[in-house]
Amino acid sequence: MRLTSEERGMLAGAEGPAVKKAMQIVTALAEIYAAECLVPVASVQIAGVSFKNLGDAGLEFLQEWAAQGARVRVPSFLNPAGMDMARWQEMRVAPSFAEKQIELVRTLESMGAEPTCTCTPYLVGHAPQLGQHLAWSESSAVSYANSVVGALTNREGGPSALAAAIVGRTAAYGLHLTENRRPTHVIDVAARLENEADYAALGSFVGRTVGDGIPYFRLRSLSAAPTQEQLMTLGAAMAASGAVALYHVEGVTPEAATLAPAAALPIVAVPDLREAHAGLNSPVDAIDFVSVGCPHSTLRDIERIATLLDGHRVTATLWITTSRYVRALAEQRGLVKRIEQAGGHVLADTCLIVAPVEEMGFTAMATNSGKAAFYAPAHSHLQRRLGSIEQCMAAAITGRWSEEQGQDGV
Amino acid sequence: MESSKRVKLQGRAIFTGKARGTALVSPNAIGFLGGVDPQTGVVIEPGHPLHGECVAGRILVFPTGKGSTVGSYTLYRMVRAGVAPAGMINARSEAIVAVGAIISEIPMVDQIDLERIHPGDVVEIEGNVVWIG
Repeated sequence: MRLTSEERGMLAGAEGPAVKKAMQIVTALAEIYAAECLVPVASVQIAGVSFKNLGDAGLEFLQEWAAQGARVRVPSFLNPAGMDMARWQEMRVAPSFAEKQIELVRTLESMGAEPTCTCTPYLVGHAPQLGQHLAWSESSAVSYANSVVGALTNREGGPSALAAAIVGRTAAYGLHLTENRRPTHVIDVAARLENEADYAALGSFVGRTVGDGIPYFRLRSLSAAPTQEQLMTLGAAMAASGAVALYHVEGVTPEAATLAPAAALPIVAVPDLREAHAGLNSPVDAIDFVSVGCPHSTLRDIERIATLLDGHRVTATLWITTSRYVRALAEQRGLVKRIEQAGGHVLADTCLIVAPVEEMGFTAMATNSGKAAFYAPAHSHLQRRLGSIEQCMAAAITGRWSEEQGQDGV
Repeated sequence: MESSKRVKLQGRAIFTGKARGTALVSPNAIGFLGGVDPQTGVVIEPGHPLHGECVAGRILVFPTGKGSTVGSYTLYRMVRAGVAPAGMINARSEAIVAVGAIISEIPMVDQIDLERIHPGDVVEIEGNVVWIG
């Protein structure tokens, strides 16, 4: 592996013990994955922010690293935390958990990371650019940056992303190299894609089928290009049920034209989504929890939700999870107030994947997220239903799941 | 007594250091988050071949890591609790355990033929070299 003289200096301890440790991590990963060199990164998204996942071990390590003088040297921002940092009491999070979570985010802030606490940094002022190298770590954000934007990032682990932030570089292997970004499977989709739940089901099926491959979608039944929200949920689902960090959509994503599939690639036909939907729906009708916003909701989706809830009152607990930035915009537009008047909660900084939901006594969840539906049974001990935002809001109001509005043939 | 016959295996140092202990050998991958109790060092993953074994002070020999990247921090926590393995040997290292070894300063070597190491062998790690016996 080739290192520059500056990089060799960091590894030798010329910039102190914190930088030395970070460089040890980055170069060890470069060795393991046979990278020829390191590559400067434009930004870093740091996962491993929820105290639920990190625990005391992670907190202690971060505090020690910070005390050694660890500071980020490129724009770096945080993945969601285990709670809304301002409204944790409204979420019924235990004070003992909150105290640790606040300490953890404060420690990362002291290193210079921005407490965005979101899986959608691209919606809040950290939009990457085509061809830019990044070190991002949350799987849906990685998928979005690679696929929808055409930036280049592997899926970094929590500590490796932080190490990359401290040295401003990551190992040049995997998706940082154009030759590794070619499709491995053609996904021939004849099924109708009507709403985000269909994209979620499609993503869940494809992730299971291709594993860590790179799917190239031909969406045959499309009358209009997929929306940003639909691409977000497609990528998130594939990264959860499989390990898809990059996908291409013919005529839609930026690299689809330049990295067209070779003739000999395996073709996966998706004539309908019946089975895919069935695999993400527990046979349950009574709903006591509705969670929308995995990945974090856009302003457009929050507006849809506010409109659907106008004049109604929810009977299930309703969480809309988003970034603090989008929540602030929604508040300015009066959307948060409309949702709260219906009894819903608009929560920032967190989501049901990283919050201690299993301790809150829910039994059955409705969601529009394929990722949430995939993780809910094991991760949060919940039965779940997957559907459109319209179906989810109907379930929040009535406390019952209805298959009427939305997908036909399910 | 043949105990003077030491076997030397050469691998790749993931975290350079010296460690000595008896080998605890797993035929299966190990995931530290949720797989090993960070307070006791006991393997708690249901159905794992090492279930119930304590890794503290041992040379932990396993093919590779698995599971959540948070597992790196679990190793660090085990060091703080005094229940970490003395050293680790992998066939093929991956990011989680490698990063865990670096941040916790646990001597670790990979690219070793694990068939050569048997449970209970006295094993020494020295840089990129593994001594058996």
